[in-house]
Amino acid sequence: MTPILSVRHLAKTYRSGDRSLTVLCDVSFDLHPGETCAVAGPSGSGKTTLLGLCAGLDRATSGSVDLSGRRLGNLSEDALARLRNREVGFIFQTFQLIPTLTALENVMVPAELRGEKGARKRASELLDQVGLGERMSHYPAQLSGGEQQRVSIARAFANRPAMLFADEPTGNLDAETGATIEELMFDLNETAGATLLLVTHNHELARRAGRIIRLRGGRVVSDSRAKAEPALP
Amino acid sequence: MAWRDSRGSRRQLALFLSAMVVGVAALVAISSFGSNLRKVVDREAKTLLGADLMLESGRPFGSAMEAAIDSMGGTQARLVSFPSMAWFPAGRHSRLMTVRAVEGAFPFYGALETTPADAANRWLADGGALVDRAVMDLFDAQPGDSVRIGRRFYPIAGRIDKMPGENQMMSLFSPRIYIPAAQLDSTLLSRGSQAEYALAFRFDDGRDIEALVERMGPRLREEEVRYDTVAEIREGWDEGLTNLYRFLNVIAFVAVLLGGIGVAGAVHAYVRRRLAMIAVLRCLGAGVWRTCAVYALQTLAMGLASSAAGAALGIGVQALVPLALQDFLPVTVPFSISWGSLGAGMALGVGAAVAFALFPLVSVRRVSPLLALRASVENGLSGLKDPLWWGALGIVAAGIAAFAIGNAPSPGVGLGYAAGLAAGFLALLSTAKSVVWATRRFFPSGWSYIWRQGLANLFRPDNQTTMLVLSLGLGAFAIGTLFGVQRTLLGQLELSEALRLPNMVLFDIQSDEIDPVTDMVQAQGLPVLDSIPIVTMRLASVNGRAVRAMQEDSTATWAHRREYRVTYRDHLTESEKVAAGEFIGAADPNDPRAPVSLDEDIARELEVGVGDSLAFDVQGQLIPARVASLREVEWRRIGANFYVVFPTGVLEETPRFHVLLSRTETADAASGLQRAVADGYPSVSIIDLSLVLSTFDAIFSSVSFVVRFMASFSILTGIIVLVGAVVVSRAQRRRESVLLKTLGASRSEVLRIMTVEYFFLGFFAALTGLSLSFAAVWAFAAFLFDAPFRPDIVAALALLVAVPLLTIATGLVNSRGIYRRSPLEVLRAET
Repeated sequence: MTPILSVRHLAKTYRSGDRSLTVLCDVSFDLHPGETCAVAGPSGSGKTTLLGLCAGLDRATSGSVDLSGRRLGNLSEDALARLRNREVGFIFQTFQLIPTLTALENVMVPAELRGEKGARKRASELLDQVGLGERMSHYPAQLSGGEQQRVSIARAFANRPAMLFADEPTGNLDAETGATIEELMFDLNETAGATLLLVTHNHELARRAGRIIRLRGGRVVSDSRAKAEPALP
Repeated sequence: MAWRDSRGSRRQLALFLSAMVVGVAALVAISSFGSNLRKVVDREAKTLLGADLMLESGRPFGSAMEAAIDSMGGTQARLVSFPSMAWFPAGRHSRLMTVRAVEGAFPFYGALETTPADAANRWLADGGALVDRAVMDLFDAQPGDSVRIGRRFYPIAGRIDKMPGENQMMSLFSPRIYIPAAQLDSTLLSRGSQAEYALAFRFDDGRDIEALVERMGPRLREEEVRYDTVAEIREGWDEGLTNLYRFLNVIAFVAVLLGGIGVAGAVHAYVRRRLAMIAVLRCLGAGVWRTCAVYALQTLAMGLASSAAGAALGIGVQALVPLALQDFLPVTVPFSISWGSLGAGMALGVGAAVAFALFPLVSVRRVSPLLALRASVENGLSGLKDPLWWGALGIVAAGIAAFAIGNAPSPGVGLGYAAGLAAGFLALLSTAKSVVWATRRFFPSGWSYIWRQGLANLFRPDNQTTMLVLSLGLGAFAIGTLFGVQRTLLGQLELSEALRLPNMVLFDIQSDEIDPVTDMVQAQGLPVLDSIPIVTMRLASVNGRAVRAMQEDSTATWAHRREYRVTYRDHLTESEKVAAGEFIGAADPNDPRAPVSLDEDIARELEVGVGDSLAFDVQGQLIPARVASLREVEWRRIGANFYVVFPTGVLEETPRFHVLLSRTETADAASGLQRAVADGYPSVSIIDLSLVLSTFDAIFSSVSFVVRFMASFSILTGIIVLVGAVVVSRAQRRRESVLLKTLGASRSEVLRIMTVEYFFLGFFAALTGLSLSFAAVWAFAAFLFDAPFRPDIVAALALLVAVPLLTIATGLVNSRGIYRRSPLEVLRAET
């Protein structure tokens, strides 16, 4: 099976004057469709940088990322944006909802950017699924943290993504709400059949993924699969 | 602490407060200019009159008066002023002008400036004429050409560049031509002429002029001679200029108020971004007032800095004010810094900045220290229930009232100003809010995402949408009203064209000339639309009480004193309606009192009604009359309207002159008629309506320059507030734009969303301003001009395009670079 995400010898170095700081170094791995993978590691180990590079949010210093068969390094900013819009869903630690749009309108954004018809219907179905059917016309400021993250999850699935990136999705929530969100995210992902790349330093959450890549100092120190993970071809 | 807290945000804070710069600049410029102007007028009052004392009368001075004048001594000069046609044979042009025939070395004070320069010294001796600059330019006349007034020709000695006491506006209404009195065609001063006789004195013995005129008071009143002294002229100009200056000052104050509101919004946004910091300060033990003081001190320091910048800018702008007002000013105002105005402007700027900042600052004390721990705690920035918020409102209201009272002739009028300002702002504010609300409420949900997102952006947290709509809207309002009023007035004149009303008025036709002039007009193939006899007379008594007696006990008004130009006819015209009594067309020979008809307004002024008795004095002959009817007269109609209309059969034998109305369809026909009249009947004057139209246009362009000059302050404040608002929301915009990029929006989509946002902002502002300007133009049309409401649709559409374009340009320039940020920031934000 062709991997949906293929990372080869990826490196990222930031320059500040004469000094340079290597955040990622020689990272390689493949993710296959339907796989769930957690990227774990201590603060500053390069987790978020890796996620950003995989999603085409930043340019690598060297190495390559292929997403859905497209080499990201060869794409323009607008082509990257189109690719994300078609193939990718995001869940952020800080929810990142647009404050001037209602819950429903926030969920509609990805489909609307594609000019897709029926965005409203799909968005309200998704909000129903995350349990916010009654709060569709509320603005982000009128929702609790847990509710905002549910809107963010609904938005992530709005364009039926093949690839879902989640960055510390429960990091800003209390344990109980975090658990609910975690459940919701995995359930929806299972139904949608998307590939999930999850960045977290929460061990419990990482263990729910079929595979854990551990980073330290920008390098992969382990890449392990859980026993329950379905056999790969 | 205040200084340390502002670290890293000083530039932003300075930008927020720069809204105050424009207001203070306007205020300093206007008040500094006003103070200089008053100094100049005080210093040069003698040149405004051109003499120490001037006596004026509507008829030649009588022998008793002449004897008194002889005994007064001093250096004397005589002036006779009257309207007459001036004929320029070189270009075969003619123009109705005010002729001033001078005998003596007038003006005694102030320099008469001419081109060529030496013409000012030799024109009288050479028997030449000095001609208004605008007329010389218009007819391309040169010194050495000749000009004919009446039956006399004069060589043009030069053109008048500056005559003490006269300004450009006077020249627009009625251009001047100066000729030596010795060479005057005396037939021009025959019966019915509207000549004014003046005598100018220069006293070198330092005598007390006020005491002199007081001593002569009874004789002057008896002879109906008016007088002007330097003190009076200074008072008159002072009053006029003070009113103009106060009006401009109030407009400048509006710019300060706009700046104040901008500051309030900016400090609100600034404080909001520092809520967490405030909570931490509170956690660390800072008291409520100490925390407030930190931000109050920052506001004070920045208010001071922006007011100082405003004052410096104001000094620069002051140099431009005379350019805007030059047509209205009788003197040249030199540039000098008025330190008093500078200090007052700065104090007002700082005061307004701090007073308006009180609104957000009072809420700082309600910020809970718990906010440092939990972001969801009520942040205390909302709530009008706080008594201190109302206290802040009280301070601002008192400040506005104090300024208004200080700039008004009386405290009552000042409070009226303040109430007017408050009502104006409330009207703008409620219109702005309704426009925004209605657009949001009725916005088609089916519109594309870009449009909906752009509109939604206007309602981002801590937005300054209302403030921006208010300030840009105010500018649009001023300009919209200006064009609307212009359109309404032009519409009136076009209406007379459409109705084929008379456009040529021939007047000062003597009785023996009326038949040949009528024949001549008809021989030119032009219609005689009306021929109106006019008799000049004065009121002798009202209900048996002599006007002279009324003048002595000061119960006489202008209506009792004025000279009446009266006609007689047996019918009403289209512009008249009987309002009371019965219009009697022909007098009954057996009725000792002629049944006259009065205009309603003059009847009210004279306090007479139907049935009351009047007596008129026609060159010594007394004519008794009774008020038979009152008429409602449409004065705005072009044509000859009269306060008093006599029936036929009374005035036919009295000395009279005639007015003849005609209509020409082409400019050639108009100039042909003017040439024929100038050739055959030099004492007959013509008013060409197209000339009135161009005069009107010239006056309007002068006024509109002043209005635009002031409107630009308001728009500039709006732009600065817009820049501030864009900058303050930059972090949030960047986050949103990066987020959209992450979700798949292209660069052009993000740009289009921003463009739509700025478009709506400008559109709301223009719509708000135009809605109110339509209301204002309607009110002007209905109550002031008594004309049908004619909104200027073209100007309105132009504003609806220009204001959004300006807003889009300002917004996009200040938003540049937002899309370039890496989307990775969205992942790192606030983590």
